[in-house]
Amino acid sequence: MAVAKAPVQPKGATGVLVLADGSVIWGHGFGAEGVAVGEVCFNTAMTGYQEVMSDPSYAGQIITFTFPHIGNVGANNEDIESANPHALGCVVREPVTAAANFRAQRRFDDWMKAWGRIGVSGVDTRALTKRIREGGAPNGVIAHNKAGQFDIKTLLSQARGWPGLEGMDLASVISATQNYSWDDGLWTLQGGYAVHSGNPDGPHVVAIDYGMKRNILRNLVAAGARVTVVPATATFDEIMALKPAGIFLSNGPGDPAATGVHAVPTIQKMLNAGLPLFGICLGHQLLGLAVGAKTLKMTQGHRGANHPVKRLSDGRVEITSMNHGFAVDTDTLPATARPTHISLFDGTLAGLELTDRPAFSVQYHPEASPGPQDSQYLFEKFVGGLK
Amino acid sequence: MPKRTDIQSILIIGAGPIIIGQACEFDYSGTQAVKALKVEGYRIILVNSNPATIMTDPELADATYVEPITPEIVARIIEKERPDAVLPTMGGQTALNTALALAKDGTLDKYGVQLIGADAEAIDKAEDRLKFRDAMDKIGLESPRSRIAHSVEEALAALEHVGLPSIIRPSFTMGGTGGGIAYNREEFIRIVTGGLDASPTTEVLVEESVLGWKEYEMEVVRDKADNAIIICSIENIDPMGVHTGDSITIAPALTLTDKEYQIMRNASIAVLREIGVETGGSNVQFAVNPKDGRLVVIEMNPRVSRSSALASKATGFPIAKVAALLAVGYTLDEIMNDITGATPASFEPTIDYIVTKIPRFAFEKFKGSEPLLGTAMKSVGEVMAIGRNWQESVQKALRGLETGLTGFDEVETLQGATIEEIEAALSRPTPDRLLVAADALRAGMSVERIHQIAKFEPWFLRQMQELMEMEAAVKANGLPTDAAGFRRLKSVGFSDARLAKLADTTEAEVSRVRRGLNVRPVFKRIDTCAGEFAAKTPYMYSSYEAPSFGEPDCESKPTSARKIVILGGGPNRIGQGIEFDYCCCHACFALDDAGYETIMVNCNPETVSTDYDTSDRLYFEPLTAEDVLEILNTEMQNGELVGVIVQLGGQTPLKLAQALQDAGIPILGTSPDSIDLAEDRERFAALITELGLKQPENGIARSAEEAVRVAETIGYPVLMRPSYVLGGRAMEIVDTLAQLETYIREAVVVSGSSPVLIDRYLRDAIEVDVDAVADGDTVHVAGVLQHIEEAGVHSGDSACSLPPYSLRADIIAEIERQTAVLARALKVKGLMNVQFAVKDGDVYLIEVNPRASRTVPFTAKATGIPVAKIAARVMAGEKLASFDLSPRNVGNHIAVKEAVFPFARFPGVDPVLGPEMKSTGEVMGIDADFATAFAKSQLAAFTTLPQSGRVFISVKDSDKPQIIEAARDLVSLGFELVATSGTERALKAAGIPVTAVNKVAEGRPHIVDRIKDGEIALIFNTTEGLQSLKDSQSIRASALYGRVPYYTTAPASRAAVAAIAAMRRHRLEVRPLQSYHHQS
Repeated sequence: MAVAKAPVQPKGATGVLVLADGSVIWGHGFGAEGVAVGEVCFNTAMTGYQEVMSDPSYAGQIITFTFPHIGNVGANNEDIESANPHALGCVVREPVTAAANFRAQRRFDDWMKAWGRIGVSGVDTRALTKRIREGGAPNGVIAHNKAGQFDIKTLLSQARGWPGLEGMDLASVISATQNYSWDDGLWTLQGGYAVHSGNPDGPHVVAIDYGMKRNILRNLVAAGARVTVVPATATFDEIMALKPAGIFLSNGPGDPAATGVHAVPTIQKMLNAGLPLFGICLGHQLLGLAVGAKTLKMTQGHRGANHPVKRLSDGRVEITSMNHGFAVDTDTLPATARPTHISLFDGTLAGLELTDRPAFSVQYHPEASPGPQDSQYLFEKFVGGLK
Repeated sequence: MPKRTDIQSILIIGAGPIIIGQACEFDYSGTQAVKALKVEGYRIILVNSNPATIMTDPELADATYVEPITPEIVARIIEKERPDAVLPTMGGQTALNTALALAKDGTLDKYGVQLIGADAEAIDKAEDRLKFRDAMDKIGLESPRSRIAHSVEEALAALEHVGLPSIIRPSFTMGGTGGGIAYNREEFIRIVTGGLDASPTTEVLVEESVLGWKEYEMEVVRDKADNAIIICSIENIDPMGVHTGDSITIAPALTLTDKEYQIMRNASIAVLREIGVETGGSNVQFAVNPKDGRLVVIEMNPRVSRSSALASKATGFPIAKVAALLAVGYTLDEIMNDITGATPASFEPTIDYIVTKIPRFAFEKFKGSEPLLGTAMKSVGEVMAIGRNWQESVQKALRGLETGLTGFDEVETLQGATIEEIEAALSRPTPDRLLVAADALRAGMSVERIHQIAKFEPWFLRQMQELMEMEAAVKANGLPTDAAGFRRLKSVGFSDARLAKLADTTEAEVSRVRRGLNVRPVFKRIDTCAGEFAAKTPYMYSSYEAPSFGEPDCESKPTSARKIVILGGGPNRIGQGIEFDYCCCHACFALDDAGYETIMVNCNPETVSTDYDTSDRLYFEPLTAEDVLEILNTEMQNGELVGVIVQLGGQTPLKLAQALQDAGIPILGTSPDSIDLAEDRERFAALITELGLKQPENGIARSAEEAVRVAETIGYPVLMRPSYVLGGRAMEIVDTLAQLETYIREAVVVSGSSPVLIDRYLRDAIEVDVDAVADGDTVHVAGVLQHIEEAGVHSGDSACSLPPYSLRADIIAEIERQTAVLARALKVKGLMNVQFAVKDGDVYLIEVNPRASRTVPFTAKATGIPVAKIAARVMAGEKLASFDLSPRNVGNHIAVKEAVFPFARFPGVDPVLGPEMKSTGEVMGIDADFATAFAKSQLAAFTTLPQSGRVFISVKDSDKPQIIEAARDLVSLGFELVATSGTERALKAAGIPVTAVNKVAEGRPHIVDRIKDGEIALIFNTTEGLQSLKDSQSIRASALYGRVPYYTTAPASRAAVAAIAAMRRHRLEVRPLQSYHHQS
């Protein structure tokens, strides 16, 4: 294994990543000072670090960016996917620089700090990526201390003591706590976000927030829906009281099986009620669980903006944004569920639809942000199919 | 969808000779296409007039036509071969235009041939400025405001709409030929006039200036199922206004947020869909206003391009190969990604490093040209470098350029300059403007101010500022003494040579200290996926991977094989181009056959040698001693390094021979000492004497007085060859004492450390090039090439014929004998090139180069013997006896090589040939007799010889006897002759009808008026002496711009007449190369 084990703290180190296997990776800290424990994954997208950091699906995770220059376009108030930060921190190759973009409002490291996120730079991120590729995403601790004071022993025991994402219901923790409606549409260069552009007479979509990216909501609005967001713990009756035309199951962090404990029964009831249903990412996994399929933890998750999936209906390839460490096991799909999309990287299930209910879901992120927008048609398909 | 079975045979059109705007990248793309489609079982027919290409190797395609790429000739190939399809997207603008012409004139329909890759409508839509703009309007993409004009009047009307400054873009020209930026009305009219002329459709686009905006490119690939992927984004560091081929560019784009990037991605794909590029790769260019992100589409190329070659090398995604497979019906998901071997090609490469490309220029070769960049491409080559951050990649690129830079070296002319002078320099778009910016930073100018003047994105300037601060620290404090400090410097790309300059020590000392601290680079793989999947293919680059702390991770994993390292030629330049890459590739192929592991080192992204499947292992690295030694150090950690080949890549690797030898690295083939012996004037003279061979008298002068003395002793005319050049004026033929004095005063520095070499100039001698291969004992003369132009014209610029077309057999035998004697004396193991001059039956030795020469591929194509491959194996220890060297075809055919010049790109430069090489590329004409082969070579080099009309003849006295016969033939062929007074008298005296025409100095209407009026169909104009040369410059210039064929030497004029006569006798027929070589 190439990543160094450096027991002695080198001079000048102000940041460190300590992995549960005892590896200590030194660097320079940036952003907020402090300590955070989570799963260390990697993301291969070359743009959109701000969206990635603010994607709630990254709750409980420390992101290794494979692209060396992160922070090069600074940070702004638009390119965020949630009101609160979720990824715990990030590990990067190069020091964060001043911003090179007309939309930048501040430096990326300042934004990280303001959001309380920890960064470590100066790391051989390629070596770290290789390690994750080969050994799976490890648990670890990221720490930043300007004075360079680290108690590696404690950090290591924190890393080892962290139970891991498996079995963790993070969705309920970070979900909205009360209902709210959403009516902002998509972003354009000229106009920014289409604020209050929702169609008040559009079909009513109730979106269950398991850790939803805002761009999903914007896409639903752009597709003509009237959108209400409800907490992950909303009951069937609470949802039905909103008179939904369709239900959206959002993306989110953590182990689908754990979240499924409370989410699946609700979803099953909605399916039985014949409600049209669309799920993304965690929502897709929950739909799978609801019809009796199993989910599994992948050794190497999919995290990037270049993932090809094949649409089985016509063989077309969609380049997609992905972010998942769990997948629905195709072999466990019931007869009433059929695969609609598969990953061309490893053949894992990327989309499914039910044959006996108006429900479909995708493992990837058609809302993009960051990433290619090849699959936005799914929102139109869903909203367009609602009465 | 599986491949198409309704087509069995495919004609691939190549790009022809290397010219500015169309270089090796089309050999790379064509070779990939030929290989990929052949594997699929298609019969491949190829046409390319460029013999120095790998794609024209006879074993690649089923039928290889080394014939001119003109619609007529290609139509004949179609008539003969009846291909089912034509693939026009691999051969640049040449192939695209040729295919479009064949579609328009009905040839394709007549023979039932379909265009695959891009159809005629799509090509037209993309290339026709007006149609393109309409298409963009239709899909809601903004274009700069613009109007089409077909005349100067229309252009002036358009100017009212767009305003000044305005950009003029001629339609259907490549690399922006004939275009420009006009800042005032006068300039506007001048550029429009030139642009209308350069456009085959007499059409220019007059466009709103987006000067100073950011420029981006997207490389897109689409398949017939409408799957579209972005291979790479490219950001230009030079702002809009500098042709992208002349811009320093980086990949991926670094200054776009995801939101803006996705807009550009969607727009690129929409452009392909709207233009109708159904399958294959295209390049879409955008300009972005840095203030508000407003994005406009500039243009698109519906074919693979220089940028796609760059994108392929930058990401590891083989665009040309994939595009070829898509053209026959595959979809992206059916094609495997070779690099990972596990994932399909239907994805978007993501990278974890930064790539920088820097173009290389040759302004110094073109006296009178201003080194200013604009919308017409001027660069002749490029270097690409890869680093883990931009600083590392740009500094690697700078030293990889081989222009003497070791990094951001100080610009000599700016040392001690005032801020005003630096600001003035920054405002001029010169090739070295980024270096000027570095000097501006050193002088304390702010990033904002530099940005304001030069429009470089401040992010890059700030990165440079960091480097300048680090430079200043090394200057002040010397080298770091700790590993961490040293590694920090290396990780931002500082070369040992640059650090040595800064610390005022030697490079060797810096390397010693660095290695002592164990600061060594690691090698990372280019894997298309940023490490997400394991890479199968060892395509690597170095980085001083600097985890701030801890050990870096090296992925080179040298194998246990017996290995040979082949050093490539670096960036293309005039005098060192594709020919050397051809030799390096052949070495890879041959040594692979012989069971060695081949390891390629090169930094030129246009080449076949930097394809990941040419060698077993590829290092994309600058060819400096430091970089190469580090690679060798790594490779020697496992297996057996049999040796390094330095003789095939031109001067670039040769210059490294000493450093390699000093490091104890085995060098294969001829010893560096022998190479040095051949280059060292005094040692070589001694050897010549010892061997009893003859050389033109020569001497060496270390002062002006000595130069006069030497010249007078030798006797005029003499050839002056300085070792240090001023003002781009190098070698010159000097006839008188007065000329000599002027030359020494104005052109060169003569001193003890920069002497001038003086040779007797053998006027009217016939020059001969010989390519030979030897194994230390046996010598095989592969080819004797007779130059058509007389001695004095650089051998690279001279047309030549193999076998010789007029040399006596005994002279050829003597030349072969002398070649063998020299090869044995120099203990040549591998290739050798000798230049001789033959005068009055005497053979003079001019120069010996015991290494690969420019003519090797031509010789191989003409004779059918793969000399470069044989040479590589001989270098690795085999004997010539083990190869079949029997002559295959002597007497069957004759091959003529002709050079191609970029004069049209350098207005104001006198398009005359001399001892300084100026050509960018070459073509081959091959046929049964010399005249027809010469005719083909002219056609291939874009010179269309007239079949009727008026010929202007003006020759120097010594050429008059020679020209009379040619003139007589012209008259009998029905041409009318006009001549200036002296020539007129000579022709009249010989009884040839001719009318007189005024010289320019003799009053109007003079010859230039008549050329401009289109009255002259052909020009023979030879001159003697500076005055006559100056007087006739306007003739050559007007011929060049009027596209009138002109010849500046008597032998070439005679050959042209013979060619015209041959074309009169019979139409030009086409024959595949394979048929010439299978007859013995």
